[in-house]
Amino acid sequence: METTVLTLVQTEVNNEGYLKNMNDWSPELAREIAAKENIQLTTRHFEVLNWLRNKHAEGVPLSIRKVGNSGIVDIKQFYALFPGGPLKISSKIAGIPKPASCI
Amino acid sequence: MQDILEKPVTKVAEVPVNKDRGKLKKVLIICSKGKLEDVYAALVMANGALMEGLEAKMFFTFFGLEAITKKNADHLHTATVGNPAFMPGMPTIVAGLPGFEAFASYMMKKEMDKLDMPQVSEFIQMIEAGGGEIYACKLAAEMFHLKKEDFLDEVKGIITVGDMYALADGEGTQIIFI
Repeated sequence: METTVLTLVQTEVNNEGYLKNMNDWSPELAREIAAKENIQLTTRHFEVLNWLRNKHAEGVPLSIRKVGNSGIVDIKQFYALFPGGPLKISSKIAGIPKPASCI
Repeated sequence: MQDILEKPVTKVAEVPVNKDRGKLKKVLIICSKGKLEDVYAALVMANGALMEGLEAKMFFTFFGLEAITKKNADHLHTATVGNPAFMPGMPTIVAGLPGFEAFASYMMKKEMDKLDMPQVSEFIQMIEAGGGEIYACKLAAEMFHLKKEDFLDEVKGIITVGDMYALADGEGTQIIFI
């Protein structure tokens, strides 16, 4: 439970790095979190991030399979955009909670 | 001078601490069974490893080969006879009736569908797209008279046991046998 200063907004992340308050999210914040994961965000990344945020807002449980069938990106591209655990990392950058999914 | 010779100076070399030591980096999952639940256990674990950023390799052998053939991958069954965990109390004579096994497998697949679990062939595609590698066992393939064309396109190769062990090379690798 640490308070981290990210950009000009003081926001809290939990011990795994996930945003505590989803309303604190902004594209600049996303860039900072992504930088920590060694990812440079492009328009493509933001397309996926926005899709994730929308689905989370709708209450749809997320899984790798859903992302692959989303029409925004296929699984190979998803792994290429967010290497090393794409669902975990992209949800961290998108400011949504870690998905509890096994698929 | 005498002093120095009588007390040899020994110094233990400092071993650089590898903070990554103990971390799981790769899994090799061997699937030797062809039943629905066994194959899905293997697939979920392989996909799960990829989702966590690990490397995953799969090796299908004996009845596991059924799960990666074009013909049977999406038509696997679960055992109703000889499976005491399946509907405990179900008498074998009923579980063995014609059509029962197919029906039970159908019901199980329906439940899996509700949980968004894909069909075996799609699951294999997902694993391969995520960077997983899928191999078939040469010995078992010869035993069942299966050739490369019989397997799904995602199967990378038909390999021997030695090659399979080579897949598990590297620190932080675990081999899981199903």
